[in-house]
Amino acid sequence: VKKVLIADDEPSIVTALEFLLARSGYEVLVARNGEEALRMVEAGPPDLLLLDVMMPLVSGFEVCRRIRGRDEWRHVKVVMLTAKGGEADGRKGIEAGADLYVTKPFANAELLRAVKRLLQPA
Amino acid sequence: MLHGTVIIFASFAYLGLLFAIAYYADKRADAGRSIIASPYVYSLSLAVYATAWTFYGSVGRAASDGVGFLPIYIGPTLMIALWWLTVRKILRISKQNRITSLADFISSRYGKSAVLGGLVTVIAVIGILPYISLQLKAISSSYSILVQYPEIMMPAKEGAVTVLNDTAFWIAVILAAFTIAFGTRHLDAAEHHQGMVAAIAFESLVKLLAFLAVGVFVTFFMYNGFGDLFERATREPKLYDMMTPLEGVAGGYASWVWLTILSMMAIMFLPRQFQVTVIENLNEKHLNKAIWLFPLYMLAINIFVLPIAFGGLLRFPDGGVDADTFVLTLPMAEKQEALALLVFIGGLSAATGMVIVETIALSTMVCNDLVMPVLLRMRRLRLNEQPDLTGLLLGIRRGAIMVILMLGYLYFKLAGEAYALVSIGLVSFAAVAQFAPVVIGGIFWKGGTRRGALCGLTAGFAVWLYTLLLPAFARSGWVPGSLLENGPFGIELLKPLALFGLAGLDQITHAMLWSMIANIGAYVGVSLLASPSAVEHRQASVFVDVFRQSAEPGGARFWRGTASVPDLYNLLARFQGVEAADEALSAYAKARGLAWPQGRLDADAELVHYVEMQLAGAIGAASARVMVATVAKEEAVTLEEMRELLDEASQVVVYSHRLEQKSRELEAATAELRAANERLKELDRLKDDFVSTVTHELRTPLTSIRAFTQILHDNPDIEVEQRVKFLGIITKETGRLTRLINQVLDLARIESGRAEWHESSVDMRQVVDDTVAGMSQVLEERQMSIEVTMPSRLPEVRADVDRVIQVMLNLLSNAAKFCEPGKGRIEIALAEQAGSLRVDVRDNGPGIDPADQRVIFDKFRQAGDTLTEKPRGSGLGLHISRQIIEHFGGRLWVESRPGEGACFSFTLPASLPAARAA
Repeated sequence: VKKVLIADDEPSIVTALEFLLARSGYEVLVARNGEEALRMVEAGPPDLLLLDVMMPLVSGFEVCRRIRGRDEWRHVKVVMLTAKGGEADGRKGIEAGADLYVTKPFANAELLRAVKRLLQPA
Repeated sequence: MLHGTVIIFASFAYLGLLFAIAYYADKRADAGRSIIASPYVYSLSLAVYATAWTFYGSVGRAASDGVGFLPIYIGPTLMIALWWLTVRKILRISKQNRITSLADFISSRYGKSAVLGGLVTVIAVIGILPYISLQLKAISSSYSILVQYPEIMMPAKEGAVTVLNDTAFWIAVILAAFTIAFGTRHLDAAEHHQGMVAAIAFESLVKLLAFLAVGVFVTFFMYNGFGDLFERATREPKLYDMMTPLEGVAGGYASWVWLTILSMMAIMFLPRQFQVTVIENLNEKHLNKAIWLFPLYMLAINIFVLPIAFGGLLRFPDGGVDADTFVLTLPMAEKQEALALLVFIGGLSAATGMVIVETIALSTMVCNDLVMPVLLRMRRLRLNEQPDLTGLLLGIRRGAIMVILMLGYLYFKLAGEAYALVSIGLVSFAAVAQFAPVVIGGIFWKGGTRRGALCGLTAGFAVWLYTLLLPAFARSGWVPGSLLENGPFGIELLKPLALFGLAGLDQITHAMLWSMIANIGAYVGVSLLASPSAVEHRQASVFVDVFRQSAEPGGARFWRGTASVPDLYNLLARFQGVEAADEALSAYAKARGLAWPQGRLDADAELVHYVEMQLAGAIGAASARVMVATVAKEEAVTLEEMRELLDEASQVVVYSHRLEQKSRELEAATAELRAANERLKELDRLKDDFVSTVTHELRTPLTSIRAFTQILHDNPDIEVEQRVKFLGIITKETGRLTRLINQVLDLARIESGRAEWHESSVDMRQVVDDTVAGMSQVLEERQMSIEVTMPSRLPEVRADVDRVIQVMLNLLSNAAKFCEPGKGRIEIALAEQAGSLRVDVRDNGPGIDPADQRVIFDKFRQAGDTLTEKPRGSGLGLHISRQIIEHFGGRLWVESRPGEGACFSFTLPASLPAARAA
């Protein structure tokens, strides 16, 4: 069972993502800010991280950069979620090392397809 | 016993000292470290106005006319105040055109007319001769008196003495030699005689000190101060009369007025005054100080005149002593040997100062405006072919000095006895006053022409000769006395002292009246009739518009023709010497970035003009023009062309003024635009930030709504309990979205000024009661307590009641939001404070970090961004609340320490001091 970590500070969005991923058969963990997310990755790296950009304490970009800075976490897939529009943010996310950049609000099915594709063995 | 040799030795010692001062000042000037470049020295040099006439004659005049001596000093004091308008302009013109003398100035103004320059010179020389003779008379008679010491004897009438035995003759010779040594060291007459000016300034000090010494001696040592002296004088009926200003003078008011006007003219147009004021001026700014320093000097040298006159009349009651000699005879009578000698030196100083400057000024005029133009025109002399004329120029000047002093002596012998000291001076004043119309007219009125100036000067001078000079010779017996009694050929109407039957005026007033009528009438009349030539037109414009022109004289533009550089160079060398010519052309070339003589200079209009100006400094404008014309073939510029040029020039000036103004306006507009652009950029950036933030805030609830809607849609099989929970989230997020949109719109309305404000009288107690009631359900849910304190009497405020409720709700819901459920406590307090109503909303929540306190009132900024759980809200509430409170003239702020709760307070200005109790 693949492990997915959700990092977002909006409780209702977390609830929705939690429901969707659980339904698709993933093991779901939740972090409510960047710091907590990093702590949880340290404790046991997930297979995929759904990362909100605008989070208190440590932003999503920073979390992503730190994960990419560690060799042993190279296999962790990162999908960044943001409510901010604009291409500049998307580029920033990819530069930080994200595998995918998704704009809120998202279509549930698309998001799930993307997660599934990222988690398939190459 | 004062032996003649002692006096002569003292005199020579004094002249030697003067020479030393002049020599030192010249040396310093050559070294470029001028000692006279000071407004004080300049002002002192102006005091060359005070001559032996002032020194001895004022007391003489005061002894016969009382305060009648004063107009001669009131005039200059009045005039100098007008110097800002007149002399400043004359100074500027003279510097730009390298004017060498008064004659040069007038000739240059009226088309560089040689004839006019010559006429002015003749008038000046003839007019000034009596004045120079007066100085000779003063020195020789003061010597004759002093040498008799301790006896007081008036000198015998002259005439019996032969020339070689005559003191006055030897004085004239010595002064001539002295002046030649002083004044003709430099050739360029437009250059400054710094040594002479230094010596003159020193002399002004000496004569002032000597006069003050006598004044103090008479007033405080012979008598007991002013009070004592004047009291004694009032006891003498004859003296008493003199103290009433206008009674003592013949002709009364008219005399006073004319004497004042006359001396106003004299201070400007006496050749020596023009010399020190204009030619020797080093810096226009010196004028500013001179304008008050010079009148001060006049006051100082006049303050003891009446006391000395009274002292003399009281001391020598029998009239055996000439009042003109009181200054000298009073110390002698009191056996004050040293003081008497000092007085003699003071008088000598006053006389020599005048003679030196006057003859230098006159000799320049005679050389440049009388002799040179004639010599240059005499082809027989072939002056044009002489390689070096500098020696000739100096020779003419030296000769002129000698001749002028000899003529002065001659006048002294022929007519010197006819008038008292003061009257002789006034005759000269009247002569130079003839220059006033052409000079003053010349610098302010472009219409004055050469012919007008010639006619005016001739007419005025003729009247002067007839009414003032002729009678002097008649009185001395050189012309039949019947001329004065019966008029020429027995024609009564032409009697020199009562022209056209105008009798009853004193002689000076009479002469001034007629000569001025003739002078001004002819000048203005002929000027209006005769049309000016092109050169006159140009010079008129150069003079009158001097302040509107650039520093470089604009004359070059009006010259057209051909010339060669070697010709021009030779011309300069001939009059100024090879060295000076090389120097002048090098300076010219250097200023234009060229080399001389290696490089090529163009003999263009500019160079020709430059050479003419250089020559003008040596030989005067009229001669310079003639000389330049011999080597530069000028094509005639017609009057029409000249007019066009001038019109064009003034058009260009107007255009360039407009252009300058436009460009200034453009610059200002550009700066404004740049600032506006910066402001717009800043606003644009803020707007982008705002849009980006709003987008984020809108997308967040939208994301939840969309996600849950799809979940409910895609999963019809979810349990009821979960379905209800999800629908609840959708409802909540929809509400959040709605509130956010409303607040953004509200803010937009307020910020753009389109918000509607329904202002009315607001009872704050009611507002508080209503909001607390409205919040009660929320508070109950969170198990919070609330406490309200308010006094029974509160002032009313003017505001929009709905808006105030909005603020209160915002503050209360913030408080509720941050307090821990179950432990929360809110306190509301109302109070009157310094004409305002104050509301405090205090909670016991977590408090606000000082850094956050600064930003929570900004848009989309919330405290608690650092908390793990993000507080709910748009981040606009406090911002809008503050806008509302400030709209009604109040203030909204927060006081808090982390961990100790927060207290939000606002004030609103009271509309009524205290409302009735509810």
